[in-house]
Amino acid sequence: MQTRDIHELEDFCKKIRRHIVEMITEAKSGHPGGSLSAVETLAVLYREVMRHDAKNPQWAERDRFILGKGHACPVLYAVMAECGYTPVDQLKTLRKMGSIYQGHPDRRFIPALEASTGSLGQGLSVAIGMGLAARMDGNPSRTFVMLGDGEIQEGQIWEAAMFAAFHKLDNIVAIVDYNKIQLDGFVKDIMDLEPLGDKWRSFGWHVVDFDGHDLQAVRNAFAEAAATKGKPTVLLANTIKGKGVSFMENNPKFHGMAPTKEECDKALKELA
Amino acid sequence: MAAKTKYELKMGSATREAFGKTLVQLGKENKDVVVCDADLSKSTMVHWFAQEFPERFFTCGIAEANMVAIGAGLASSGKIPFVASFSAFVMTKGFEQLRVTVAYPNVNVKVVGTHSGISIGEDGPSQMSIEDLSLATALPGFTVLSPADEVSMAAFVRLAAAHNGPVFLRAGRAKVPVVYGPDQQFAIGKGIELLDGSDVTLMAHGLMVAESIRAAEILEAEGISARVVDMPTIKPLDNEIVAKAARETGAIVVGEEHLVDGGLGVKVAQAVALSHPCIMEFVGVTTYAESGTPEGLLQKYGMTAANMAAAARRAVARKK
Ligand SMILES: Cc1ncc(C[n+]2csc(CCOP(=O)(O)OP(=O)(O)O)c2C)c(N)n1
Repeated sequence: MQTRDIHELEDFCKKIRRHIVEMITEAKSGHPGGSLSAVETLAVLYREVMRHDAKNPQWAERDRFILGKGHACPVLYAVMAECGYTPVDQLKTLRKMGSIYQGHPDRRFIPALEASTGSLGQGLSVAIGMGLAARMDGNPSRTFVMLGDGEIQEGQIWEAAMFAAFHKLDNIVAIVDYNKIQLDGFVKDIMDLEPLGDKWRSFGWHVVDFDGHDLQAVRNAFAEAAATKGKPTVLLANTIKGKGVSFMENNPKFHGMAPTKEECDKALKELA
Repeated sequence: MAAKTKYELKMGSATREAFGKTLVQLGKENKDVVVCDADLSKSTMVHWFAQEFPERFFTCGIAEANMVAIGAGLASSGKIPFVASFSAFVMTKGFEQLRVTVAYPNVNVKVVGTHSGISIGEDGPSQMSIEDLSLATALPGFTVLSPADEVSMAAFVRLAAAHNGPVFLRAGRAKVPVVYGPDQQFAIGKGIELLDGSDVTLMAHGLMVAESIRAAEILEAEGISARVVDMPTIKPLDNEIVAKAARETGAIVVGEEHLVDGGLGVKVAQAVALSHPCIMEFVGVTTYAESGTPEGLLQKYGMTAANMAAAARRAVARKK
């Protein structure tokens, strides 16, 4: 794990946030809230944690990332583009016909994506399959999967959670982007998940609970996951939906609504 | 009502909106009507029902399979549950529950799938339901409905509630033209002749009905007389209106915003094979689409009036 200047990472996160806001504004639709909440985790993951090579996306020993909550793809597209996988200058074609930046991650358009997602609840199972294959092959590859807090209401998540612990899969890491909001409102009003850490622990997982916008805390969480052997780790990243844009923060309205041009300008000022 | 010869199409609301509004009316009239949602209430528009009748509204979180089976339990205890989500999720994630817990014991659950077809646009294929009619029609005992506009949707929401047995009701995200006047009568299992014609019949459901009306105008200018039939009920199919079309026009084009490997097209072909074999053409989706504007996608994937007209020309040519 290379250590970078944390200020450089902070700047990187701001740049990613500007991309997210601009892309979604230009597309006139999309999911800003859950993209903005996931910026720090994805930045640390792609810049410091994962062993990967944008020039060789099919490298067999690469670490893998799956965005279970596929609707938050603007953050993934922006990070992958800034890491050299795809053109930065095309980010603003998001959701337009023919764009490689589809409304949800689509491997037909970006083969470097590890999965086509958009139907919530399946990413963790796919990650488990990859983890099993790596173990069978003696491949050091690790697989990371990001789940939404609403997403983990799907029963399949808990079938997968049971499986991963039973098979002592320590080469997979689940990240819950715990921003406390889903589509129709606050998670606690729709289908409360608490006590969430206890749920995962009782399923046999190692749980790390931390501030998902504190870059050092994010680094520490990934380090703890790497050091945990004999069981899978889940990172409960406590985040704020819409983080970084004052009027989007903690505002369910911006789950799936694009900012207007004026709102975009305002947001970009805040993210300058 | 006799078929017209001319049609004025004005833009109306989306069928999901008509569904949401009618559900509130139904809720007022019948206290047994209950609604289950899977974190999409503002999209399926059952949020109006939720506001009006919070004690009869159950959000299940993002858990469609659980929602369907909860609906089965509610229905088995005398409620009339409408379980609603994007069609792409409720039909697929809930399918096994729909099969064994709803269809097999014939339980009175009303499944509503909104955001059907590719006209949802920018969200792309994961949210586009193009297999839902194949799935729903595969279930014995299911009544399968796909209304074309706000007027027929309002009527079919009521008919679905009044019908004793499982129903799948398909709704769209996009605004669609109004096809019907306020006095039109509807019935489950009945197709409706919208325009009379003698050379070919255009049969459709959902937003392809309005496209078929426009196609008939294009064809008329070329001297081809096209009958237009709306088939809001996919199952049980109106075999009579199909046989009549086959007999009287000798060619049928089926248009639908669904995979051609299922849905209305194959049902009509089956009915034609069993009654009066005739020339047929199929207009619909053949693969997973992509992100784009609704109009752009319908054009690129071949679901416009022009595509219906082209298929009709092919059919008429094949008759000779
Ligand atoms: C199986 C499934 N059901 C419903 C949806 C529609 N949907 C898209 S995003 C969303 C809410 C997701 O909430 P969460 O997982 O908390 O994501 P975040 O808040 O991080 O954006 C829903 C219900 C879907 N994509 N997949």
